[in-house]
Amino acid sequence: MRGATQAKWAACAVAVALTATACGGGGGGGSGIVGSSWGDPQNPLEPANTNEVQGGKVLDMIVRGLKRYDPKTGEAKDMIAESIVTKDSQNFTVKIKDGWKFSNGEKVTAKSFVDAWNYGAHLKNNQKNSYFFGYIEGYDKVHPEKGDATADTLSGLKAVDERTFTVKLTQKFSTWPDTLGYPAFAPLPKAFFDNRDAWLAKPVGNGPYTVKSYQKGSRMELRKWDGYSGDDKAENGGVDLKVYTDNNSAYTDLMAGNLDLVDDVPASQLKNVKSDLGDRYINTPAGIIQTLAFPFYDSKWNKAGMDKVRRGLSMAINREQITDTIFQKTRTPAKDWTSPVLGDDGGYSDSVCGDACTYDAARAKKLVKDGGGIPGGTLRVSYNSDTGSHKEWVDAVCNSINRALGNDKACVGNPIGTFADYRSKASQQKLDGAWRAGWQMDYPLIQNFLAPVYYTDAPSNDGKYSSEEFDKLVDRANAETDTAKAVATFRDAEKVLAKDMAAIPLWYQNGSAGYSDRVSDVALNQFSVPVYEKIKAD
Amino acid sequence: MGRYVARRLLQMIPVFIGTTLLIFLMVNALPGDPVKALWGDKPPDPAQVAQIKHDRGLDLPLWEQYLHYMKGLFQGDFGNTIAGNRPILDEITQAFPVSMRLAAMAWTFELVVGITLGVIAGVRRGRIIDTTVTFFTLIVISVPIFVFGLGFQLIFGNELGWVKPTVQDSESFQQLMLPALVLGLVGLAYVARLTRTSIKENRSADYIRTAVAKGLPRRRIISRHLLRNSLIPVVTYLGTDIGALMGGAVITEGIFNVSGVGNLLYLGISRREGAVIVGIVTVLVIVYLLASLLVDLLYAVLDPRIRYA
Repeated sequence: MRGATQAKWAACAVAVALTATACGGGGGGGSGIVGSSWGDPQNPLEPANTNEVQGGKVLDMIVRGLKRYDPKTGEAKDMIAESIVTKDSQNFTVKIKDGWKFSNGEKVTAKSFVDAWNYGAHLKNNQKNSYFFGYIEGYDKVHPEKGDATADTLSGLKAVDERTFTVKLTQKFSTWPDTLGYPAFAPLPKAFFDNRDAWLAKPVGNGPYTVKSYQKGSRMELRKWDGYSGDDKAENGGVDLKVYTDNNSAYTDLMAGNLDLVDDVPASQLKNVKSDLGDRYINTPAGIIQTLAFPFYDSKWNKAGMDKVRRGLSMAINREQITDTIFQKTRTPAKDWTSPVLGDDGGYSDSVCGDACTYDAARAKKLVKDGGGIPGGTLRVSYNSDTGSHKEWVDAVCNSINRALGNDKACVGNPIGTFADYRSKASQQKLDGAWRAGWQMDYPLIQNFLAPVYYTDAPSNDGKYSSEEFDKLVDRANAETDTAKAVATFRDAEKVLAKDMAAIPLWYQNGSAGYSDRVSDVALNQFSVPVYEKIKAD
Repeated sequence: MGRYVARRLLQMIPVFIGTTLLIFLMVNALPGDPVKALWGDKPPDPAQVAQIKHDRGLDLPLWEQYLHYMKGLFQGDFGNTIAGNRPILDEITQAFPVSMRLAAMAWTFELVVGITLGVIAGVRRGRIIDTTVTFFTLIVISVPIFVFGLGFQLIFGNELGWVKPTVQDSESFQQLMLPALVLGLVGLAYVARLTRTSIKENRSADYIRTAVAKGLPRRRIISRHLLRNSLIPVVTYLGTDIGALMGGAVITEGIFNVSGVGNLLYLGISRREGAVIVGIVTVLVIVYLLASLLVDLLYAVLDPRIRYA
């Protein structure tokens, strides 16, 4: 009897251990396969629903759109598009190349785009990137700000024949074709609309890779697709994406040879990364700028002279020192309100902020005094304290300001417990003083760095900055048919920001990655996504 | 016996409702809006926020949300995630087997090694082996778990290369060995100490002296008489530890990249997926309750003096 009880116990433990099997999964990557770190994408992997890097990695491998941004120059180059023509910057005719296929054999047609865009725009599909389609006529019907949709499809979107479709925008937007490199504009096969759940479990696209297996929350295996129609064929046999919740574990695995590519080097390892990896560590600018935003809705910050105070504060921040010591050079001191990934032709300027972005304690002190001093005597810089270790740099910025102004109480950090709380406070204009702000580009155009953030009542204009002069220049630039002229006009608009010091540019964020000696030709694109198809693996 | 079990099972209902309600309220009391946070730094789309809230029933009053949730729960529906509208049951059934495997290994390790060490130390009280066991278990209890986790990972994974530093395949016993060892370490120390103290106390009991006087072999005295009567506090600890091992492995699972319950819980909290957190806690509460019932029933097996009417 007693013996039986004990045996039962042992049997139970073994049974639990043995029957507790669910998902399969092989070992590390084989020959020609790149093992890469991944994070579990929060949203389903639909092109118009992916707004962060982790889902972006997959989409960048399995889908191709009309255009694709050159990973080096950021230029929007034709991919599936044969031509996109317009006479008035508002009506566009898109012609696609012949011969493109999805990996399930379906042809990529004009309808694949029109259906995908209609799906992405419609309110009932809850796609996070819906606003990308906001420039297309009829968007307010399929995606009203309040209430139910009154139309099923975008009225400005029409398939003409198998390889042609037309797009009508609600306003003139000359550089609109250059926005089409974002995965949100990718085509979708009929298989997606027939059975969405099956597609999400194993996405089918038209890119250089196909999904071999996908276990949500743990790993995805992608393999080179030999039938791929484009000329950017994969240089390796495939990519195994492996989910890590802690990027320190990923780094440990890279060191132990279990992983080939880590695209987010943990902050705690930045000190050793040079000695650990040597030149197998890359650190390149991404399309992200970080700024300090101000409450223009508060009359104290909107009165005459405050531009001087903001300029003075900007000059009191020692950007070089902070990016060196706190960020180990994974940030680059900002010199404008855009990003170096745009390139000089795209509108980046290293002189538009000029002296105002250069540390000068004496002038900073004078400017703040001339402008009437900091409202309330103390500048509170709000940030969320749960993610992203913002405390370190906010404290460093405040120390720098306090030292420059010779006043220990000039600036203090104001931590807010959670990201969700911080965001709702910022978007409801409930913050006083400055707050950490930033902009991650949707597409590498100067338009995207300026219009959504500083245009009057623009969706991301949390500080409610408003300048008639700026708005006029943005309108004019959008209507300009010649790209070079449009960029020049946007630059003029940016000069208005510099004059008003609408937000203090702090630094550009870099993307960082480390890789093993098994792989070569690793690079990150402007969205900090590794350019997987170019990686060579032994 | 049957009536006792029935009574205990009935008692579980209020405990179950109380804990789920408490967690539900706590998750909802966190500041900020999880739906709006889906958009990150970008401005949320008010129409979609309203629609997602409506779809997931997040626009209802809190008590109604709770009722809906409980109603679904009793029908085996754990609700859907806010972000992907994915059934939470899928995520739970994916994560639990992994954690169960890890917990079973850690638990077996605690049981076998812990009791063995405890018996040796208790029987050879005051000798060098006793001092050594006491000393090392004290160290294990006082050092935080992540120190062992990272330390073992560095030594056995990176330096010596005996095992892979992280778990590549959650079905491989060999790869789960190291995380299981780390996870079971603290429990092992407690089990060893509890066994040792209990054995030490019972050694001078009358029935042991009787057994010795009868001339029974030493091995039999220890295993049949001494150990069995000393196991009650140890069994109590081991029972409650099953739940703790499954739900409390957040740090260990993070270090060794095991995609189990701990990881899921961590993601749920950082993404403010209230239903995921409540769902996991619900399952863990059931595990705890059943384990403690089992422990109580085992008392009667171990000690014939205990009877359940």
